[in-house]
Amino acid sequence: MGPVRTALDAMARRWAGMPRGARVALVVLLAAFFYVLPLVRPPVVTTQQIDFGGVMFGIAAFALVAVGLNIVIGYAGLLDLGYVGFYAVGAYTTGVLTSYQFHWSFFAALPVAIVVTMITGVLLGAPTLRVRGDYLAIVTLGFGEIIRLAVTNVEWVGAAAGIKDIPHPPNIGPDPEPPFGTGGLFTIPSLSWDGLVPSVDTGRETPFLVFGAVSAIPYYWLVLTVLILVLVADRLVKDSRVGRAWEATREDEDAAELMGVPTFRFKLLAFALGAAIGGLSGALYASSQGGYINPQSFPLLLSILFVAAVIVGGAGNRWGAVLGGALVAYLPERFREFSDFRLLVFGLALMILPVYRPQGLLPPRRTIRARAAQEEIDELEGRESAQKEVL
Amino acid sequence: MDFSFLANNIVELTVTGLALGAIYALVALGYTMVYGVLQLINFAHSEVFMYGTFAVAWVFVFVHGRTPSTQTLGETIGLLLLSLVAAMVVSALIAMLLERVAYRPLLKRKAPRLMALISAIGASFALAELMGLRDRVAGWVGLRDDLDAYVAKARDTYSNPVTIQPQTLFEVGGYGVKDVDVMVILASLFMMLALDQFVRRTRFGRGMRAVAQDPESAALMGVNSTRIIRGTFILGGLMAGAAATLYMVKIGSTRQDAGFILGVKAFTAAVLGGIGNLRGALVGGLLLGVSENYGAALFGTEWKDVVAFVLLILILLVRPSGLLGESLGKARA
Repeated sequence: MGPVRTALDAMARRWAGMPRGARVALVVLLAAFFYVLPLVRPPVVTTQQIDFGGVMFGIAAFALVAVGLNIVIGYAGLLDLGYVGFYAVGAYTTGVLTSYQFHWSFFAALPVAIVVTMITGVLLGAPTLRVRGDYLAIVTLGFGEIIRLAVTNVEWVGAAAGIKDIPHPPNIGPDPEPPFGTGGLFTIPSLSWDGLVPSVDTGRETPFLVFGAVSAIPYYWLVLTVLILVLVADRLVKDSRVGRAWEATREDEDAAELMGVPTFRFKLLAFALGAAIGGLSGALYASSQGGYINPQSFPLLLSILFVAAVIVGGAGNRWGAVLGGALVAYLPERFREFSDFRLLVFGLALMILPVYRPQGLLPPRRTIRARAAQEEIDELEGRESAQKEVL
Repeated sequence: MDFSFLANNIVELTVTGLALGAIYALVALGYTMVYGVLQLINFAHSEVFMYGTFAVAWVFVFVHGRTPSTQTLGETIGLLLLSLVAAMVVSALIAMLLERVAYRPLLKRKAPRLMALISAIGASFALAELMGLRDRVAGWVGLRDDLDAYVAKARDTYSNPVTIQPQTLFEVGGYGVKDVDVMVILASLFMMLALDQFVRRTRFGRGMRAVAQDPESAALMGVNSTRIIRGTFILGGLMAGAAATLYMVKIGSTRQDAGFILGVKAFTAAVLGGIGNLRGALVGGLLLGVSENYGAALFGTEWKDVVAFVLLILILLVRPSGLLGESLGKARA
């Protein structure tokens, strides 16, 4: 862990010192790399036992959720243990609108799903955000369960059987013609590796751009695109007055209120925005390759994993959230050969990580500075314990 | 809305609700004490409880073998006492281990509180999975066949071989109150009373309250906070062990994920009563158990958990820090 730790910190420092142009170029390169990653199928990284495109879809979707939850936990400092509730609301709105009750198209249902989830967030937040921090955790947890049980029992949204045949996003180019026509404008082959020697694998082609049963990669591209857009929006919001208000509220609510920050309104805004992103990812999940959702897709455990992703990555840093989400989604899939033991190993990893990276893998720069300053003060005062350190 | 059903069965619903609520309350104590002292949601406490339930079942299997039988509560009372001790020891050991492995290293490194929550979640996964893989673990040490009665079908429901047949103890309003329910309620009330007095009257209890109130001042006054924290975990474990025994008396079977939902309920109970408050845990637990039963009678069993959580949200709206609100640290010395 030691070398990893220093490497991560060194990377973060070097990143901070780079000129703006270089940073933009790097981000673009990185994004391009991730777009082609499921086609390149590099050895070691690629999951052998299950479809790598599907895994990459899961990773991107998890990262998207983590970015949304990061607004609530990392920026506004509200511990939300029921985030899966919003995810479910988004997914079910899409399912009901496109398949179960109505027959809208995907792109018509998507904004509605986001708005509905946002309203749900406000409805939950308005009464409960007055409750103190840790009480909020259990209230949100209860909310997640209420949503799950409600969709299990309400016939209008499919009850326990769930919703199937949720339409995929519309294709670009001609539709596939069974049995052999792949459709799309053109097809992209992927690489296969023999040791370190790549060769073109024409047996594994991805039609551009057909959302079908053949390949999960188009869904991955869609989610990755959405993720990038959300990250840009996240950056704009974080660096605005709103982001500063969140930070002030999180650090000291009373002081912020005295300085004229309407803390309640900003907390509610964080909640609503977080919910909207949760709903967005839920909608994408509903219309993904399987096109099927049921109440079991939204267990309480998923909420816990979302929170783990954000905090493991480093609450308050959007790149940390992306990294955390990606790891939490990827590691259990990559280590499928340990099949039965992967949850055990995952649990142990969650226990070990905090010891070595108490601030998360990529903590926000502000936290690093604050921690260094705090350590200096502690040293000057010769103090040993500072248990009650806040987030 | 089936009011007549609720009205006709009110005694039964109340009694069984109280019994279930008493179990919630015992588990809730573990959450509430750790929260009071460390301001930490001990997410893995549900596993402490789950290991207790297995300890109970194993004691029964050890004495009876795997052949199922039915007995009355009176016939099994000796065995129950033995399993109570076993469950309390096992749960306390697990709780101690948790504190040592999952929390103390973090406290030493001054990790943020949320990070400790992640460590707790990890510990919870690891412990539950370890129980679910106990057949494999037994295989590694070469005891797979010897321990077959204890480890076979590790992921399935593991039943207590002795099903306890409830006997009617007395009648209230046409409903025969069962001895099992009465025992569960009385036993947990006794445990809670004992704990309450322990925290109020002993030197250790005073130390606990001092650390809850202000760790730094407590340290200056010579309270060894490491010892207090470990003791708090052990106390929580003992209560969870007792709860596990009562749970096995009432429900009779367990599995590696049995702790999760019960843990969520117990934590809800703790918050309902005011987290950090021992008596609040009792009030919260009983209220939760009874209202769940009433809610299930009114809206149907499938809405039982919804009723519990809606109740929680409503109460927190009116009393944002729980029913009794006051924390462990603020209790009178």
